[in-house]
Amino acid sequence: MQKEYKTLQSISGPLILVEGVEGIKFEELVEMALPNGDKRMGKVLEVNRDTALVQMFENPRGISTEGTKAKFLGKPLEIGVSPDMLGRIFSGSGKPIDGGAEIIPEEKLNINGAPINPYSRDFPNDFYQTGISTIDCLNTLVRGQKLPIFSGAGLPHSQVAAQIARQCKVVGEESNTAVIFGAMGVTFEEAEYFTNEFKKTGAINRSVMFINTAADPVVERIATPRLALTTAEYLAFEKGMHVLVILTDLTNYCEALREVSAARKEVPGRRGYPGYLYTDLATLYERAGRIKGKKGSITQIPILTMPEDDITHPIPDLTGYITEGQIVLSRELHREGIYPPVNVLPSLSRLSPTARKITREDHEGVFGQMYASFARGLEVRDLAVILGESALSDIDLQYLKFAKDFEDRFITQDEYDDRTIEDTLNLAWDMMAALPKNELKRVKDEHIEKYLPKK
Amino acid sequence: MEKGIITKVSGPLVIANGMKDAKMYEVVRVSDEKLMGEIIELNDDEASIQVYEETGGIGPGDPVYRTGETMTVELGPGLLTSIYDGIQRPLKLIEEKAGPYITRGIDVPGLDYEKAWEFKPTASKGDKVVAGDILGGVQETTLIEHKIMVPPHVKSGEIEEIKSGSFKLEDVVAVIKDEEGKSHDITLVQRWSIREPRLVAKKNIPTTPMVTGTRILDTMFPIAKGGAGCIPGPFGAGKTVTQQSLAKYCDAQVIVYIGCGERGNEMTEVLQEFPELKDPNTGEPLMKRTILIANTSNMPVAAREASVYTGITIAEYYRDMGYNVALMADSTSRWAEALREMSGRLEEMPGEEGYPAYLGSKTAEFYERAGNVVCLGSDKRNGSVTVIGAVSPPGGDLSEPVTQNTLRVTKVFWGLDAKLAYKRHFPAINWLSSYSLYLDNVKDYWKKEVNEDFGKIRGEAMGLLQQESSLEEIVRLVGLDALSPRERLVLEVAKSLREDFLFQNAFDKEDAFTPLKKQYLILKMIMTVYYETLPLITKEGFSFDDFKALPVMEKVVKAKEIPKEELEKYEDLEKDIIKSIQEYGAKFQAAEAA
Repeated sequence: MQKEYKTLQSISGPLILVEGVEGIKFEELVEMALPNGDKRMGKVLEVNRDTALVQMFENPRGISTEGTKAKFLGKPLEIGVSPDMLGRIFSGSGKPIDGGAEIIPEEKLNINGAPINPYSRDFPNDFYQTGISTIDCLNTLVRGQKLPIFSGAGLPHSQVAAQIARQCKVVGEESNTAVIFGAMGVTFEEAEYFTNEFKKTGAINRSVMFINTAADPVVERIATPRLALTTAEYLAFEKGMHVLVILTDLTNYCEALREVSAARKEVPGRRGYPGYLYTDLATLYERAGRIKGKKGSITQIPILTMPEDDITHPIPDLTGYITEGQIVLSRELHREGIYPPVNVLPSLSRLSPTARKITREDHEGVFGQMYASFARGLEVRDLAVILGESALSDIDLQYLKFAKDFEDRFITQDEYDDRTIEDTLNLAWDMMAALPKNELKRVKDEHIEKYLPKK
Repeated sequence: MEKGIITKVSGPLVIANGMKDAKMYEVVRVSDEKLMGEIIELNDDEASIQVYEETGGIGPGDPVYRTGETMTVELGPGLLTSIYDGIQRPLKLIEEKAGPYITRGIDVPGLDYEKAWEFKPTASKGDKVVAGDILGGVQETTLIEHKIMVPPHVKSGEIEEIKSGSFKLEDVVAVIKDEEGKSHDITLVQRWSIREPRLVAKKNIPTTPMVTGTRILDTMFPIAKGGAGCIPGPFGAGKTVTQQSLAKYCDAQVIVYIGCGERGNEMTEVLQEFPELKDPNTGEPLMKRTILIANTSNMPVAAREASVYTGITIAEYYRDMGYNVALMADSTSRWAEALREMSGRLEEMPGEEGYPAYLGSKTAEFYERAGNVVCLGSDKRNGSVTVIGAVSPPGGDLSEPVTQNTLRVTKVFWGLDAKLAYKRHFPAINWLSSYSLYLDNVKDYWKKEVNEDFGKIRGEAMGLLQQESSLEEIVRLVGLDALSPRERLVLEVAKSLREDFLFQNAFDKEDAFTPLKKQYLILKMIMTVYYETLPLITKEGFSFDDFKALPVMEKVVKAKEIPKEELEKYEDLEKDIIKSIQEYGAKFQAAEAA
């Protein structure tokens, strides 16, 4: 049943109050028909007796209380999906913007999805090789994981994400993959960078892009990641594809959410973000994973820029509590010209213990040793700043050198350098050889025997 | 059925009219889809209802059906090995009904009412019984015998009839005639309201440590059976790994693990791992003693609020049978956030950081349900519920309300530290800020079961770690050379304590679980190095480099790899250490004399 009302009471930012309505349901989709014939979509955010509060997904500009018709469609926001979406570019609200034809949907799906039953999940355990040493060795990615990149303004997170998208594979199983790209409030250049990068490598044919740039309406951003993830779920769990979803920039998404919350005059949580930010983010991030008995998988790499590089800011903080680890980029390394500027110590992949078991026997030990030695090297570096290098003991000097070596050879690699896991582990052994043998406490003796280069 | 009419829907909050005689916390069914909800506020004939499922598509005019009952859990055989959502719906049945996604309006029973269980009576006809007395048992899993007890509402009476054999849950296995002459049918299943603690005869002070196999917990900051502890820490510091390792290795008989607003994959990991892993205390698969409650972060918020109560009620039920139960709640911050979200939608006056003013009292109520108790019943059996709650403070800032309210009521604080986690020192529990108020309670047990001097050695080891932190300050300012030889030795031994004792790899088979006795032996060995070296360091000619290069030091590092079945090897090692250090002392003193 469709219901049309002309009784728009008030408009404040993205929220519209419609009065005198009847039979309206929570979360129902609303189409606002403007006097000039334009149509804008929104959804019911709250319904109280005969008033409905509508949150717009599209630009509310031009909507007036007089003359605009609110049509309640009796169904939630849906997206029409089809395998033909591969190779196409859509706006943040799901309309084709590449000049191609409309998609003829095979199915229409609710963009909010439904939570995956934890009992039906399959634990992700395929090692996903990104070709980046700091990720493969120290923060191993697993297919079906959600691993965000915590970045800052001006850091090369786009390059890192594009490199991962380009290189990542399960060795021996390279076919049947897709990349879904969702951009929320990014600059035109950033969006173009990804489009061109995908075009250049031919990856565009295997990808679906949803682009909401900084110039597009803010509220649209709330729908964009959901469109991307619904498409991903369709391709992964109905078409059996291995889907990598890149979402950038989650900070803009959260800000859009804050805007809606502020317009509703809700009691704010930390820094003005709504108290339900955690739950809301979870409904995005938790849409990654694998399902028992289904072939496909969804791996998520959300990118967010930390305001003032502050990892305790609510957005990175709540994200870190939901995602399975994080890759943190460092401004210091970037300034020194190191690419990819992965800040190894605070980075983490929670699923890596399982992955480390299947790569190579020595991975577990190498992982522990590289971390511990690098951490020690950095401590020595701090010490040297205060006391001067001359005050350091021999062993400390060796660690100091190790830390430098680690940054120059292990972290640093070219944007197009695709290292296999064997390359990475051998490189690690090569570097550990510079340390005295009795300092290698975390690796097993038999592995030292087998892998440590003989001097 | 009495019904009301919905007037307002705002997320998980629904307000309905025409609810005149409704009770607080009464369960209602919302709309014709029969979504489960609970009344959380009453105002004349208007009721505020928190709905445990998604409310999309619900609107004013839809009906609300009353049930007249409060939220209950079904308690009976079949709980163990199950995985439930926050309101005791088995996730397995949800999958069978709805596929891999949780859709709404699914109504499934918490227990299997078709399955037959073998009931063996231990009481007989004519016996006088009181509430809590055991009538018989059902072998629920190979590990746990499920005791069928006289329910609390039957105060006392005489067994009129008791049967033996195979029964379904709702079959009558016994009849009890109370003192007023009224007969009560006893079945294998009973119900209990989740928000009400189950009754006990008496609470006692907890005195037995719960052995977890994690060295820093058992030796440094022990928790007692029946105690309450909390693990606050920023993300990535290892809350979940610690909680899971507790669930795997602690020596409680029944484990209730609540994944409250956490990651879906974590629950999957537990589900896939636990049937494979063997309980180190019994050798049986861990799943046979475990009940999982999973309300992941993307599942409805209101059910997250209920999940901790569902969990603790089940824990109390097994405690009443005389078992030691451990409950892990990961994470209570998500539960508090669910409270905050509902409170915000009810437009209540917020307290700190938007949390409701009653956060403190609700937290206290929950943790007070832990305890070492004398159960109801004439045999005065003992049972306990140990509660360990993880807290996820935003930004790792412990001054936030959830952590502060939790610290007020828990006696053990295991503080996770991001800095340690960055160094990959796991478990990343800070030994300087953590504490346990059960230390004095468990000392007698230690003396009796482990060794006379365990408490003393532990105290001295802690002392060294304390000194280390202040010495490190000095080193940072003026360098290592400014330290006296004794202070340098303290640094060396403290380093060994950190790396060889406190550091523990939860993913290594041998290292993941260390029995108490072995913990003592490792600690003793490290401290022996200290005691033996102390008299030597002031002597002329002593060199730290030579001392560190002693071959026996390598053995100290690898000492934790000695299997727990070969504990006698530590004796040899200790002798070896004493001998090596003394020989070294004799050597350099002789060289000096020459």
